[in-house]
Amino acid sequence: MKILKAARMERCIGCHSCSLACARLVHKTLSWNKAGIRIASAGGLSTGFEARVCLACNPAPCVEACPTGAFSQRKGGGVIQKRKLCIRCGKCAEACPVDAIFLDHLVNPYVCIHCGRCVSFCPHACLEMAEVETREADE
Amino acid sequence: MIRNHFRVMVVNLSTGKTRIEELEGREQYVGGGGLAAMLFQKYGHVDKPWDAPEQPLIFAIGPLTGYFPLMSKTVCSFKSPYHDQYTETHAGGRSALSMRFGDMDALVVIGQAKRLSALAVGARRVEVRDAHFLSGMDALASGRAVRRMFPGSGRRSILRIGPAGENKCAYACINVDTYRHFGRMGGGAVMGAKNLKAICILGDRGFDLPDNKDYPKLFKEIHGKLTETDIMVKYHGVGTAINVKPLNELKSLPWRNLQATTDPGADSISGESFADETLLRNAACAGCPVGCIHVGFVRDKFQVDNQYMYRQVGYDYEPIFAVGSMLHVLDPFDALRIMDTVEKAGLDVMSAGVALAWATEATEKGIISEKETEVPLSFGDTESYMRAVELLGDASNEFYSLLAKGTLKAAEAYGGEDFACVLGQEMAGYATGEVFFTAQSLGFRHAHLDTGGYSFDQKHEEQDVQKAVDFLIEDEKKRVYLCAMVACLFSRGVYSDELLAKALASVGYDNLASDMEAASERIQHIRWQTRFQTGYKPEEVKIPKRYLEVETWKGKVDGDYLNALKKEYAARITAIGTRKEEDD
Repeated sequence: MKILKAARMERCIGCHSCSLACARLVHKTLSWNKAGIRIASAGGLSTGFEARVCLACNPAPCVEACPTGAFSQRKGGGVIQKRKLCIRCGKCAEACPVDAIFLDHLVNPYVCIHCGRCVSFCPHACLEMAEVETREADE
Repeated sequence: MIRNHFRVMVVNLSTGKTRIEELEGREQYVGGGGLAAMLFQKYGHVDKPWDAPEQPLIFAIGPLTGYFPLMSKTVCSFKSPYHDQYTETHAGGRSALSMRFGDMDALVVIGQAKRLSALAVGARRVEVRDAHFLSGMDALASGRAVRRMFPGSGRRSILRIGPAGENKCAYACINVDTYRHFGRMGGGAVMGAKNLKAICILGDRGFDLPDNKDYPKLFKEIHGKLTETDIMVKYHGVGTAINVKPLNELKSLPWRNLQATTDPGADSISGESFADETLLRNAACAGCPVGCIHVGFVRDKFQVDNQYMYRQVGYDYEPIFAVGSMLHVLDPFDALRIMDTVEKAGLDVMSAGVALAWATEATEKGIISEKETEVPLSFGDTESYMRAVELLGDASNEFYSLLAKGTLKAAEAYGGEDFACVLGQEMAGYATGEVFFTAQSLGFRHAHLDTGGYSFDQKHEEQDVQKAVDFLIEDEKKRVYLCAMVACLFSRGVYSDELLAKALASVGYDNLASDMEAASERIQHIRWQTRFQTGYKPEEVKIPKRYLEVETWKGKVDGDYLNALKKEYAARITAIGTRKEEDD
């Protein structure tokens, strides 16, 4: 299994191309928030940038927190999301230890699904799809 | 958001009330510079001074903002403190995408706050907050303070002014997200006059995309053109600073207040030198994968025992010209130190550098002395220039107050008009010849990017007034449309008319795509019309004598050719600007 890794964020120039690509291609929306990866300055523009993105927990606390099964464990880490089952309680975002789940004003969650469609839009190769060993919790 | 009207947020700082206006006019004026002029016609007062509280400060984006790469800039327009006429200035940073996601095609700020204030706007927020505690604070520290006042890291834009704006310097800029600026004609002073220290634009909404396959496909194609081909190498690599060496070789780089156009010192302040010695990293405007912003560093020892501090300073060709070659500061780190001081004061760096270059020559000639300048000004003296920048931003005495209104204003009082490097406003770094001198002197924004006059000079040896002026008019018309989108002009080689039409159609603006030529002319007209209504008299613009002494690679500037160009260009823009509506 592969997961998306923001492996070289020290190269990031803050163009938001990744977030815009995720929103455009995965969520069919124009946004820099409604995306599985979001870019913020690390404390002002003079300090570089960081990515808010799913780190592919396994087991994932957001899955455990989800009361309806809208989030289920993805092999290799991260989650599989079924929007139809979501009751918009926001528990997933509360449970995420790294603030990787965005809730819009209607409490719809946006999380990385590790599809990798953002990778080619990064001009500095900050992002990569990395093979991960299947860990015990997957079994 | 694709819509055939404009959604405009109008904030009145006097009453504290905000209105959302839905205005017709998309098909006529498209967005950006067209929309800004349309809004000035609605909210502006041609007969009142620039600092009348009711005058509007306008920010406008375009129909493609956020939808395609490099559609990443914002047009800001207002009545300028520099000449009390209508003007525009353009900037990127995160301003454009923040406005898009804040669900506004334009933001209009009218009125005057009772105390120094900060404004936060977004799709779900309008708030004016007291910010008297930011009074006198430099533009960089102010940005940090405002960041804490209105949380939303990464997906917001912070516009703020430094002391120069508060002191209403005529070329005070509006700093955008630390490294970009609404520069040149004094937008910072307009904020100062409104008691508005900062604007935080929160990009807190998203929009459905058109349900078709063309749009993502075209996005990918354009993104590829911008990143995989060499079109953008110049802007991404060494950056605009790459121009230092070739312009110096062409005898077109202004040195020491334009007393020379070439100097062996160019190598030490070339783009390559800045990159090799000072470059820390690149940064980008939101929505632009090119990343032309070059951030250098300065390390200063402030105490014994190895106590250092460091600063990060954005640089480009124009700041290097303004505080490097113009002031004969040949160490890149020294140049960055001055740029940092200019940044903090919140001054336009080109105007500040050119003004101090004039003051230095005026000192050399004995027209002014330390009595006026407070510090001894001489070419190459970094420390004095850093102090002089602060004095200028503070408008600290009668001399600096006048200089802060414009170099010619000081020259009128003290003498030295002949060597004031002013082409409508303090010159940009292109001593390329007669066409550029005409273009900047008379141009709409008096900006080097109004038209490609500097490029025309470099490509044409012949003196053909008609051909040159035709070029200026036609080139402006093309740029006017890009600035209605609002595209970064660095992408002008990629966004052909055909590609723009495809982009517009792919998101549902078929009506705009089929009317580009006519819309360009309409926007060119309304911009000039607005300028003329506020009192522009191009025939009265004087080009100082210094420009007749300039020697480029073509030889001495030809005064007759320059005059003929000026006369013809003035006649042509007057014809556009004073054309009656019924002629359209």
